[in-house]
Amino acid sequence: MTWRQRLAPYALGFPTAFWLTLFFAVPLISVLSVALMTGNPEKGFTLTWHWSIFWSSFKQYHTQFLRSFYYGALSTVIALVIAYPMAYFIAFYGGRNKSTYLLIILLPFFVSYVIRAFSWQFILSNDGIFLTFLRNIGLVSKNFTILHTSFAVIAALTYDAIPYMVLPLFVALEKLDRRVVTAANDLYANPVVTFTRVVLPLTSAGIFAGFLLVFVTNVGDYVAAGILGGPGTTMIGNVIQNSYLQDQTYPLASALSSILMIVLLLIIWLYARVFGTEAVEQAVA
Amino acid sequence: MSAVETPVAGTPARASAKKPRRRARRPRSALVLGGFTWLVILYTLIPIIVMIIFSFNQTPSGRVTFHWYGSTTQWYVHIFEISDLTTALVHSIEVACASTLISILIGVPMAMALARHRFLGRTAVESVVFVDIAAPSVVVGASLLALFLTLNVTRGLTTILIAHVAFNVAFVVVVVRARIAGLDRSIERAAADLGAGPWTTFRKVLLPLMFPGIIAAALLCFAMSIDDFIITQFVAGQTLTFPLWVYGAVKVGIPPQVFAMGTMIFLFGAVLAVGNVIFQRRSEKAAAPDQVTEPQTITTVL
Repeated sequence: MTWRQRLAPYALGFPTAFWLTLFFAVPLISVLSVALMTGNPEKGFTLTWHWSIFWSSFKQYHTQFLRSFYYGALSTVIALVIAYPMAYFIAFYGGRNKSTYLLIILLPFFVSYVIRAFSWQFILSNDGIFLTFLRNIGLVSKNFTILHTSFAVIAALTYDAIPYMVLPLFVALEKLDRRVVTAANDLYANPVVTFTRVVLPLTSAGIFAGFLLVFVTNVGDYVAAGILGGPGTTMIGNVIQNSYLQDQTYPLASALSSILMIVLLLIIWLYARVFGTEAVEQAVA
Repeated sequence: MSAVETPVAGTPARASAKKPRRRARRPRSALVLGGFTWLVILYTLIPIIVMIIFSFNQTPSGRVTFHWYGSTTQWYVHIFEISDLTTALVHSIEVACASTLISILIGVPMAMALARHRFLGRTAVESVVFVDIAAPSVVVGASLLALFLTLNVTRGLTTILIAHVAFNVAFVVVVVRARIAGLDRSIERAAADLGAGPWTTFRKVLLPLMFPGIIAAALLCFAMSIDDFIITQFVAGQTLTFPLWVYGAVKVGIPPQVFAMGTMIFLFGAVLAVGNVIFQRRSEKAAAPDQVTEPQTITTVL
């Protein structure tokens, strides 16, 4: 190899490497450093190395932390249960229309998440079409509400997650060798056994990829809780957003953000170690 | 690219599709699954259908309401009436175009390097790209804000652009790299054997072959950028993009123009995506039966 060939990949990769280092990797460290500062927006902040802020801020907001993980996990599991049959149908019975089905499933992404969340608020509000209808047929009492409840927030998180979940599951099911299913049937496995012992284990890569993508996104979400939630459904994302952008308590916000970052990065890292990055990247590509 | 392939002409899937009474051979479970799938699809489209319908409501208050006052197209005629909303939309489009362009320009060479070369730091690059895709928006946004605060950078369109490139470029790298990995290397070698230099090989051979991947990546970037809310909110400062404006207006009530704009953007995206699928089907038909076809996941759709 000539020196030119040897240097080629570095020249090709430099711009992206530079950008990702400066605007993705370094910020992850700078958020840690801001957490260790004290001061206020007027006088400026200085590094004081108060490590205890991590513990104190967690203690202060542990309810919101736990709630975020609970909402995130629950919405992910529900989305998985809804998305799996869909992906199964498209992969096994989609025939020539597979790409059309996937396109239809991705259609909601052409409308901003904020507008879709607002549209749900519009539908589910107390004088909205859904509750008016339920009240008129006498199914619910006058003061029954959906907005501002955990149900509304989890439903919105699940709603947004369904298309993200279908993609990796579809990729996994599409790769599944149909002959294995036929073999299971030939060996007298009933449909339930074939599914739980053959199909499900062979598509676990897709399940975990979908789980990772959706869970991490939903734990950090604050749009659903911000638009459809109430005081009792505040998630950690709302707290971080509020303390950065309204209260300007930067060290507290950075400490919370660091804790969330470390926990979620740990999950991402563990995932990559155990399952590799392929399933997620295939779902994206 | 992903190993997903559509059935190609001549495979059993297509042959059976031509047989009469194909539906009769479908097991009942297929009908149940199909019905369920369509129900969920309908459910995911509910907020969009509501948005489209109520963009035609003749509400007197200038805020969307559930009371139906008769249909009108006035919100489309006066779609740019609210000047700061229009400015926000223009900001969104500007950032989406610019970030897509920059992400493609810097991401494609990195994809080539990863697909075709071994180099020092390759694993590190791969890990960072993966984490960038999987990382939650709130952490990415908060971290960038922490950096800008530390460096005392004034926040505005430039910082939004920087942030958008930072999350888009990872998708460009993954999508384009998958496309290159699916290409036959011997074509490039043949070009070199025939006396083409690296630049000519790139321009005349590699670039046309990876072009569908680049288009797919560009559409994905544009869609993600124009829709991004969380990361943008952290780095925007006083500048507003379309989703930020809408989020701010939720508490006081949304003007019907937002629904009209949402409908227009939706139609634009849907038409683009449908066109892409049709185009792809055509080229599949033209392709030889044994040729590897396009994968059918997010990027071919978007």
